[in-house]
Amino acid sequence: MKMVCEALKEKFGNTIRELEGGTEKQCHVLIPRDAILKTVGFLTGLLPMRLVFLFASDTRKENKAFTLSYVFSHTQQDSFIILEARIPENDPVFPSVTPFLPQANWQEREIQDLFGLVAGNLPDPRSLVFHEDWPRGHFPFKKDFQSQQKIPRVSGQYIFERVEGEGIFEIPVGPVHAGIIEPGHFRFSSAGESIVKLEIRHFYTHKGTEKAGEGKSPSHLLCLAERISGDNSFSHAAACAQALETLADIQVPERAQFLRVIFLELERLHNHMSDIAGISLDAAFSFGASQLMRLKESLLRINERLAGTRLLRNVIALGGVRKDISGVQKQRFLEEIQKIKTDFDSIIQILWQVDSLVDRIEGTGQVKKEVAETLGGVGPVARASGVDQDLRRDHPYAAYKELFFMVPVFKEGDVESRMKVKIQEVYESFKLIYDALHTMPEGPLCSEARPILPLKSALGYVESPRGECFHWIATDREGKITRWKIHSPSFVNWPLIQYAVLENIVPDFPLINKSFNLSYAGNDR
Amino acid sequence: MFRILKKNLAVGKATLPYAPHAAKTTEGFLGAPEIDPAKCTRCGQCVLQCPTKALTIADHAKEARRSFYISYGDCIFCGLCEPACPYQAISFKGKFELAARTKKELCHELSSALSDVRKDKAFVSTEKIYFKKKPDEISAFRQGDFADKLTLEEIGESLSQKIQKLFGRSLHIREVDAGSCNGCEVEAVNLSNPIYDAERFGVHFVASPRHADMLLVTGPVTRQMELALVKTYEATPSPKLVVACGSCAISGGMFDGNYAVAGGVDRAVPVDIYVPGCPPRPEAILHGIFLALEKRQ
Repeated sequence: MKMVCEALKEKFGNTIRELEGGTEKQCHVLIPRDAILKTVGFLTGLLPMRLVFLFASDTRKENKAFTLSYVFSHTQQDSFIILEARIPENDPVFPSVTPFLPQANWQEREIQDLFGLVAGNLPDPRSLVFHEDWPRGHFPFKKDFQSQQKIPRVSGQYIFERVEGEGIFEIPVGPVHAGIIEPGHFRFSSAGESIVKLEIRHFYTHKGTEKAGEGKSPSHLLCLAERISGDNSFSHAAACAQALETLADIQVPERAQFLRVIFLELERLHNHMSDIAGISLDAAFSFGASQLMRLKESLLRINERLAGTRLLRNVIALGGVRKDISGVQKQRFLEEIQKIKTDFDSIIQILWQVDSLVDRIEGTGQVKKEVAETLGGVGPVARASGVDQDLRRDHPYAAYKELFFMVPVFKEGDVESRMKVKIQEVYESFKLIYDALHTMPEGPLCSEARPILPLKSALGYVESPRGECFHWIATDREGKITRWKIHSPSFVNWPLIQYAVLENIVPDFPLINKSFNLSYAGNDR
Repeated sequence: MFRILKKNLAVGKATLPYAPHAAKTTEGFLGAPEIDPAKCTRCGQCVLQCPTKALTIADHAKEARRSFYISYGDCIFCGLCEPACPYQAISFKGKFELAARTKKELCHELSSALSDVRKDKAFVSTEKIYFKKKPDEISAFRQGDFADKLTLEEIGESLSQKIQKLFGRSLHIREVDAGSCNGCEVEAVNLSNPIYDAERFGVHFVASPRHADMLLVTGPVTRQMELALVKTYEATPSPKLVVACGSCAISGGMFDGNYAVAGGVDRAVPVDIYVPGCPPRPEAILHGIFLALEKRQ
């Protein structure tokens, strides 16, 4: 990482300097506003570097200016470099990196809506987070905006991108959908049956979660993190806990690290089971759906016995975990996992022999590798398109460093490959749980809690079932949480669906959507 | 084909029987916090730990009494209060059938003389505690931005008697997510899995509010979903029932008091049944639905 910093300094001179408060794995570099385009461009050009996400924070009290942070991952050295630029209040304009880094599009639009900063040269400056009834000039993430404030509604109109031509018609879908799923709006433009354009409009479930987290105590923040995306409760809470532990300088006991791996993999299991069941259901093969939903229920019941809650809530604590797996319970857990694995195996073998299912999923909803890379796709979706990245391996956390596992990668990028990735990951999860249970050392479950340190910031990250999930927490002078940024995998992957559905038929959309299985709540926060 | 048949025969029947009040949960399930009135001294230590102000305390100076409230409508079942109690008065025994018709039924009160409480070593004065108003029975939905869009006859009308006769044995439900974290959706989907199989009771989830007798609403009602929820309610033919499912839907839960949420379904449309839980387990949702239909008796 030092090398990258040196390279930056050499190229751009004295205007760039390293900031204090970084850790071994996180290096903060301050860059001037007019060097944003050059430095971000330079870093993305370096082979092992990858822009993970960018965000703003209101640091007017500390630095007399807003701060923009660009988080880069060094995939070969397990470290992060965070470029920080100050944006003064009286001239709140920053150069947009979207023209050469399309993955930043939604992120920069979000910064405009929440902070009132203006991205210069942003190709699509429409509002993203707030809908047409939100009045201009109210930016809830600014420190002078009161959280309880109710903003009056105004009338307005949102302009969708239109496709025009003979035989083109528009199909609006949502926000209330036909199935039991979350709200979001999809606007299809289709010619006959085939989709020419899809525009996604989300943020119906925007709850201001990041703002709600400001000033909360660590244990309450973890409660809130568990409620960002229900089916990924444990992943979000684990990422949040990691960030908090770095801030408070707490070492998590080894046994707790292994237990976290077990719970994280249990969460992956029930998510993937439900995804494969969903694909099977949407391809009208109800046998697969009901059998896999049955397995998912057995997993939820295991969760319930081990953790007390079906979605693995209330397990994580600052400095460790609250629940242990030992003795008779461990033995029973192992037997049940073994049984579920055999059951899963026999169901999957049947699934691959059903022509009606395989016909539907083969070649449907393709995402090319270039598209996945350009839009910064993450998780099983990216891995199904040939992008080989997994935080568990590239930036190991918890006890993943001591465990061996494979990262399945397929290159076709269609529904079938996404399903294959998920099936392979299920097998890897079974193996990880089995290995972790056997290698787990004895010891305490939780370290003693310590107060979080003032004027620090830290990253926490987890490869959730949907892909990489980042939490970034900063504290103020009193040691209170002043900014909590949640970067959920769904936020990155939603734009990919707009490409996956092109030239597919409208009835295949539910199938494609299910194979992505993104969270609306995680996206909207 | 043969393999599918073989697998189906090998698995056999997975569906569990359901009898209201007798449904057993898996051992280890936390459920709702229960307070032992004999052990509780109303000291207020647990109130400091509660993330949603489900536990609150009010000192009545005039009567020299201290009241302690637990509201299952606000509770997110996080378990933080249990270790906070110096007298082990709070326990989690897997209680989950909590659905009620009013918010008042969800709120329980314990009180004792203030002078006794003051003697307690663990005493916490109310100055340290933010007091949230206890839930009342006033239908709050009039406060909603779109309350004027609802026609008069729908407001506050009690339908409970007619419903059994009108709907008979089958009930069509439209699920509406008004900004939940998707935890409640996971459990609502599970209602249709082979284990719970709600269809056998005539409970059927439909694709359109036009076909529905009941709306199952989750989430704290976000600002951007409020209009959609009101429109869905309007599109549902009368007589209709509304079930608020989950802590967010009842009181706003963790998200209450934020710029982007209304804080409970009854701020937007009238609610018939409240189902506490975060998320409520499938049996709890079924219990709520049965309560709405008065099948419980």
